[in-house]
Amino acid sequence: MKSATQIAADVRSGASSAAAELERTLSVIAERNEELNVFLHVDIDGARAAAADVDARIANGDNVGPLAGVPIAIKDNLCQVGIPTTCSSKILEGWRPPYNATVIERIVAAGAVPVGKTNLDEFAMGSSTENSAFGPSRNPLDPTRVPGGSSGGSAAAVASNMTSLSLGSDTGGSIRQPAALCGLVGVKPTYGLVSRYGLIAFASSLDQIGPFSKTVADSALLLEVLAGHDPKDSTSLPEASPSLVAHVNDGVAGQRIGLVRELFDGADESVVTAVRAAAAALREAGAKIVDLSIPELELTLSAYYLIAPAEASSNLARYDGVRYGLRVKADDVTAMMEATRTAGFGAEVKRRIMLGTYALSAGYYDAYYGQALKVRTLTINAFARAYEQVDLLLGATTPSVAFKFGAKTADPMAMYLNDVFTIPTNLAGDPALSVPFTTGEEGLPIGVQLLGPGRSEARLFAAARVLEIADGRP
Amino acid sequence: MSDAISRDEVAKVARLARLILSDTELDIYTEQLGLILEHARDMNSLDLADVIPTAHPFGVTNVVREDVVTPSLDRDTVLAMAPDAQDHRFAVPRILGEAP
Repeated sequence: MKSATQIAADVRSGASSAAAELERTLSVIAERNEELNVFLHVDIDGARAAAADVDARIANGDNVGPLAGVPIAIKDNLCQVGIPTTCSSKILEGWRPPYNATVIERIVAAGAVPVGKTNLDEFAMGSSTENSAFGPSRNPLDPTRVPGGSSGGSAAAVASNMTSLSLGSDTGGSIRQPAALCGLVGVKPTYGLVSRYGLIAFASSLDQIGPFSKTVADSALLLEVLAGHDPKDSTSLPEASPSLVAHVNDGVAGQRIGLVRELFDGADESVVTAVRAAAAALREAGAKIVDLSIPELELTLSAYYLIAPAEASSNLARYDGVRYGLRVKADDVTAMMEATRTAGFGAEVKRRIMLGTYALSAGYYDAYYGQALKVRTLTINAFARAYEQVDLLLGATTPSVAFKFGAKTADPMAMYLNDVFTIPTNLAGDPALSVPFTTGEEGLPIGVQLLGPGRSEARLFAAARVLEIADGRP
Repeated sequence: MSDAISRDEVAKVARLARLILSDTELDIYTEQLGLILEHARDMNSLDLADVIPTAHPFGVTNVVREDVVTPSLDRDTVLAMAPDAQDHRFAVPRILGEAP
């Protein structure tokens, strides 16, 4: 499987064409999508038209952009004009957005070819895709196991060689966790670096769009295209896209990297071993490893599972059967809304809506939501103190390798605990990525997590590249 | 069984959220929400009285722009996706009626 960097170079040089790259992608999808349930919709005609357009522009001598002819899979919570966009929910089944997410505009302008929409946990709430209304996706490395979630379809698309790149969104780990479980690089950028315009909201103060890829360089390439100010998103950072690809091989010499006990304590032994081996590899490459403890991180899971549901209960109030999506008929408007929401939402979405509604309701606001917002402050301060001592932090991405279907569906807390290492950075708004490093039980991949202060993506990619090389992927 | 939230409170929250729950669902959600809220109580081990709450990672400020007309979504395209539309507007069932 060629990297996106290689595909774009080949398409630009004429060694390949956008049409040829797309047909290869479509043939793998035809071969494996039924088994793996990766794509909910494949836009064959639209993708062929987009690829033909790229090839015509190249024939014309135009500069097509850094993603020239690269097929890319899109998580189905990103709006694309005229393409069914469901969030894996029955409440949006059949809806076709009247506008494009900014990230869609940007990748197309950079020459990429969007091929279709990938499966997710309903409204991005989950860690396994088992909450999708359209059935779970399967992990391409072992189809008896979950691919992780919520962006499980986007991870599976890359892991099964359907595409070299995909887009996901990360609210509490929804890019990094499936990346770890599928053996991929996955990045949660600094909050505000990538426009959220056209990303269907789950928890607006936490959501960020980011890339999946097999190589560190490919994620840097895609994130450079995605990033940069967008006037359509009021939380978009003011600056232009940072230079990332140019820094991928900067190394870690002289960097101070904190090995954070709370970011791997309690993980399976294979995962702890991988994190310690990663620390050793970074030290070998010239970094100074500092053992750190950040006790505040132990409270972030509780804070997250009040803040995210609270924001979700507000964001998902818009699904009322009035303007788009499902409507279940009833005699008056309140009965219609109740019938529509009851039929349209799945069990986990209902659970989080109720949790959030409760946490925000009169009499409980201070005890739950108010406390959670204060813990968020402590988290931000604790990270800031850590970054006075070190440049980056290192930990695990997930407590274990990919788990089996049904292993955690009976107990919501067991599923939530899967996000314990990824959640803290979402609360802080800082960037983090997962990079594959060694393997665990049954040869399944393990992801280690690198975290940094706001806008430190270039440093994160450089450190991830060191681990990629140390793990035998030069 | 956790006592963090009662069955009546779950029923009230469901009404507020415009969700209809069966008796079985009420039982399940009462137990599950109770366990989640129980876990959240570990935050009470902290003295947070003097901590300022954070609702957003970076202080959000108002964003302003020049007051110029820009294109908006095409009305017919948007209404074509609505469950029901009438006279260029979204149509809904009766909102006001006789008092219950």
